Amino acid sequence: MKHLRSIDELGYDGVVRLLELTRHMVEINARPVPKVPALRGKTVVSLFFEDSTRTRLSFETAAKRLSADTMTFSVSTSSVNKGESLRDTIETISDMGVDAFVVRHKSTGTPWQISEWTNASVVNAGDGWHQHPTQALVDCFTVRQALGIERFDGLTLTIVGDIKHSRVARSNITAFSMLGANVVLVAPPTLLPPDVAHWPVTVSHRLDDVLARTDMLYMLRLQSERMSQGHVPSLREYGETFGLDAARAAKLPATAVIMHPGPMNRGVEMLVDPSALPNSLIHQQVANGVAVRMAVLFDLLAGESSTAYLASVAS
Amino acid sequence: MSNMVMSVDDVRRAITRIAHEILERQQGSASLALVGLQRGGAWLADAIAAAVNVIEPHATVPVGYIDVSMHRDDIGLRPVVPGAISRIDFAVDGTTVVLVDDVLFTGRTVRAAMEGINTYGRPRAVQLAVLVDRGHRELPIRPDYVGKNLPTHVDDDVRATQDGVVITNRVSS
Repeated sequence: MKHLRSIDELGYDGVVRLLELTRHMVEINARPVPKVPALRGKTVVSLFFEDSTRTRLSFETAAKRLSADTMTFSVSTSSVNKGESLRDTIETISDMGVDAFVVRHKSTGTPWQISEWTNASVVNAGDGWHQHPTQALVDCFTVRQALGIERFDGLTLTIVGDIKHSRVARSNITAFSMLGANVVLVAPPTLLPPDVAHWPVTVSHRLDDVLARTDMLYMLRLQSERMSQGHVPSLREYGETFGLDAARAAKLPATAVIMHPGPMNRGVEMLVDPSALPNSLIHQQVANGVAVRMAVLFDLLAGESSTAYLASVAS
Repeated sequence: MSNMVMSVDDVRRAITRIAHEILERQQGSASLALVGLQRGGAWLADAIAAAVNVIEPHATVPVGYIDVSMHRDDIGLRPVVPGAISRIDFAVDGTTVVLVDDVLFTGRTVRAAMEGINTYGRPRAVQLAVLVDRGHRELPIRPDYVGKNLPTHVDDDVRATQDGVVITNRVSS
């Protein structure tokens, strides 16, 4: 695998391969010295044109645990401010000899564009509303680990909130569907994309109707600027209709798990302290973020061993 | 051309002898630990632990497994084996760790395992037990306990299991 830009590009075999490889990485992270020399001599650059806490830090931690060198590109202090183009920026960094770019950008397709300009591997850490493949891998791995299962056949994933503007939702719908889950979307019509009819999902506008048949509840963050854009009448009304409170959590089956990609808006979509919910996987999602990104970087940069790994999983 | 060079009984006797030698050298099983190298060494570590328990029924020797794929110097040439995950759920600090592998060849896997063990702590000593030493070392590594020294051609294929050791000559014949 040369790049990781979308779940579709990764495919079913790739998803399964990375989820299996992540188990090796979880074990490494549990060691007293959680560091291995696997990517010694490789350089990983994180290039974040949008803000991030967990994705950027977990990629950098992942690279360091595999002994890769890391460089962080900080847009606000770079020559982008002098008007340097994205292409010139990428070519300049490439000339320094890097092996992978980890990219987050507000525009859909940026990782594909960047891979035209460099021989390095490109990892999509979020492009616009489009894809956030490593988050979907984190979420699939977290459910597998929590429920002790490998596939999600017969299970229902309910994703609640701002589907339209969510790259997390798009990547998760694809990844969870690949592993056999039924996906239900719950959102006001203003926060659903116009082409949702073509997606492998069913749609509901009433959260209360679907809770009882939900096995995996996925709460999305409501970005506050959506209110000023007229997508929701008020944050309070949104919370009353689509937020997770104690009464709604009680309607879930006892075995259902709850996830949120972070950062959380307490008091908007999360009206209950998630640490008070017995089946919340939110902390596991963050903890697994490092291991999943180790698996991704190893798969991209360790050479042919990855291909061999694929062959042995498939056989 | 395949040739069985150790029978199932030969393997069983070699394992019993190695268990005796380990206990003799350590003067018992206190602060002893066995770590099998995934995958070929895993069954052998279990078998040696079982043999130790036959000799000293009250011994409780911890057994672990280590996946060395992330520590190799030839990463990219060898696959990571799915499911062959390390499991060392005891403290290695202060113990004598006997690394266990089925076949000792270039020594690169053992070198990787010695480095890997250090990510779990600092053993008092690290030793090496192998069922077959087939020669052709590329690093200064020497086993402490050997089931059988087996002269081989570098291209030969050597398979060691509980059921016996088979050498397959891939050049001539």
